[in-house]
Amino acid sequence: MSEPIETQTTPSGKMIATMALVASICGVLIVGAFEGTQDAIAENKRIMLERAVFKVLPGAASVREYAATSTGIQPLAAGAALPEGGVKFYAAYDQAGVLKGVAAEAAGKGYADVVRVLYGYDAERQVIIGIGVVSMRETPGIGDKIITDQTFLKNFEALDVRVNAELSALANAVKVVKHGSKQNAWEIDAIAGATVTSKAVGRGINESAQKLMPLLVPHIAELKS
Amino acid sequence: MSLPNQADQGITFDTFMEGVWRQNPVFVMVLGMCPTLAVTVSAVNGLSMGVATMFVLVSSCLLVSLIRHLVPKEVRIATYIVIIATFVTLVDYLIQAASLALYEALGAFIQLIVVNCIILGRAEAHAAKNPPLPAMLNALGMGIGFTIGLLALGGVREILGAGQLFGVSLFGASFQPWVVMVLPPGGFFVLGGWLLLFAWWARRKEVRHGA
Amino acid sequence: MSMELRTSPHLVGDRSVERIMKHVVLSLLPICGFSVWQYGLSALALLLTVTATCLATERLFNRAAKQPSTLNDWSAVITGVLLALTLPPAFPLWMAVVAGFVAIAIGKALFGGLGSNVFNPALIGRAFVQAAFPVAITTWVPAFSAQRFSEFVPTTLTAPLMMPPDIVEWVKLQAVDAFTGATPLARWKFENVVASSHDLLTGVVTASAGETSAILILLCGAYLAARKFMDWRIPVAVLGSAALTAWLFQLYDPAHFPAPTFVLLSGGLMLGAVYMATDMATSPVTPLGVWIYGALIGVVTVMIRYFGGLTEGVMYAILLGNALTPLIDRYTQPRVFGTRQQGKKK
Repeated sequence: MSEPIETQTTPSGKMIATMALVASICGVLIVGAFEGTQDAIAENKRIMLERAVFKVLPGAASVREYAATSTGIQPLAAGAALPEGGVKFYAAYDQAGVLKGVAAEAAGKGYADVVRVLYGYDAERQVIIGIGVVSMRETPGIGDKIITDQTFLKNFEALDVRVNAELSALANAVKVVKHGSKQNAWEIDAIAGATVTSKAVGRGINESAQKLMPLLVPHIAELKS
Repeated sequence: MSLPNQADQGITFDTFMEGVWRQNPVFVMVLGMCPTLAVTVSAVNGLSMGVATMFVLVSSCLLVSLIRHLVPKEVRIATYIVIIATFVTLVDYLIQAASLALYEALGAFIQLIVVNCIILGRAEAHAAKNPPLPAMLNALGMGIGFTIGLLALGGVREILGAGQLFGVSLFGASFQPWVVMVLPPGGFFVLGGWLLLFAWWARRKEVRHGA
Repeated sequence: MSMELRTSPHLVGDRSVERIMKHVVLSLLPICGFSVWQYGLSALALLLTVTATCLATERLFNRAAKQPSTLNDWSAVITGVLLALTLPPAFPLWMAVVAGFVAIAIGKALFGGLGSNVFNPALIGRAFVQAAFPVAITTWVPAFSAQRFSEFVPTTLTAPLMMPPDIVEWVKLQAVDAFTGATPLARWKFENVVASSHDLLTGVVTASAGETSAILILLCGAYLAARKFMDWRIPVAVLGSAALTAWLFQLYDPAHFPAPTFVLLSGGLMLGAVYMATDMATSPVTPLGVWIYGALIGVVTVMIRYFGGLTEGVMYAILLGNALTPLIDRYTQPRVFGTRQQGKKK
């Protein structure tokens, strides 16, 4: 531009005052919205969690959150932070208040993104009795068979996750094997054509169970109440 | 694109219709493409995203218009962004309260409404220069236009990608889904198709009016 | 005596677009014939459907753009035939129609027709259906089944928009020996089984309709090259660089990586190198550029096969080569005689 534009500088005081005014209006709006929706959001989250847990542990009627650490297990208040080195899990009880099982989350790197699943664990038999997908972005029609493929889901009717004698790790690491070659109770038969996604699920479960089970098994009796 | 000076034109039919049709943000201005391409895998997602954006658009334009004489021009953009961010946070909470499933489906794109250039564009080009009523009408028009665009994309992608519309199966169980349609490339294909259709339609109208 | 006065050039070559295209189609006929002999009615229907769709789409866009018909330059026929040859033999016909339409409409017409397209149209069509129907495009059928000339494979006649039926039972009924339902490349990748070169050369392996016999494709390509209808340097560069890359990998770890012969003969590399990469509109024109282009395709193909999620990488390698063609051309421009090289001081 050839000629200088006439600029009228606004005094800083006015700028700050305006910004402060706008910021306080906005602050009030946000706090109001947060207060107003907080309960509904918490309720939604609880329902969603319960639905997911009930799916992998049929017969359960209520869910409690726990954290397992090297010093034992303790209940986790809603919204409380997980203690250092702890593993979060959910204990599910039936109508009579009897422990039905334990659910925990597992995550493994899939074809497109991390595949997160929730698995249900039967404390009596020390096996995984069901999985449900929490989130994934696998190719529709191929990777998402982990939700629909019945033969694949059969792997998780009694997947062996016993801990070893020293209670330091799983007796047998959960392993994904090629489609049609499952021989042991701790192996997962991969879906033909969706090996990467199957492996993500298997690896995730192995990682999670290796961490959780040694911490959980010695204290499982504390949950039975 | 240079926007015409839209200061104090009063309320005309075009105040509202501009955004819906002639300057449709998706099909004509091709603005806000990030949510447009990313969340429109189904009609419901498209509609929800459109409505969420419309809410932010109308509310922030109203507020911007109300305080338009107060705001010094040096800090106007910062002020607008604070206002827009506030309403986005509001929408974020509201959607979480309404449906967590929807919240997960829309993902980070709710928060990203903040940087949707349609909103800042409206605040700067229209709301800051007009009284509240026309500002809101104009924003509403833009919001509706954006929603129509998202719905058009989401509809086509859901029909081809899942054989459904609004979750209702159209072709029966043995329909073969076109996987590409729910993947990112499908968004580009469908958007390209709609742009082609709009450009062709506009050209035809021009030729007719010229003749 | 009348004298005709004309400006140069006075010698007009006989190598018009139509003539080249016609010869390419001619050279493709043996490959089509072999494919039909192997897979019977289904392959024949696939070839005819895709070609007819390509022609119809070309005509449609000619009309829409109010241009004279470009059907008689034979290019749409080539696109159709090549596209059909890269699809599985029992690909559902309605999906084949989608592939043909996308190939011509998105791959060619929207760019402005023959010569203006950036990518090989046939590969655009295939890439689209690969992304849209990942299951159907990896469903293979055995060659030489007994009733191949009297009945269609069930998947071929799938109703439009519907999912193709499961053909596992049907394949069992054919009782063809050693049919695995996986291509040699997939078997290598997931099961570490390397098919024999003899099988790969003669084409008795699981594959797309037209990529089975390496010998036949090479012979047809040699004919085109000998008649100078094709730039022989492109296939040589593609195959050479692929073989060299594979050889280096095998040198590094023979237990993991297959022999160069397997890499050359399996999958669509032959068909791609001879017929797809050589498309005149989408390959470089400078002599040096042609070598760079071919070598790039060869290396990328092997890289995708070895390290990618897919079993076959020829299609994406060629599409990438197409995308880089303008850049390659630009950087390999020969110096105009008498001018100085850019950047050199006087």
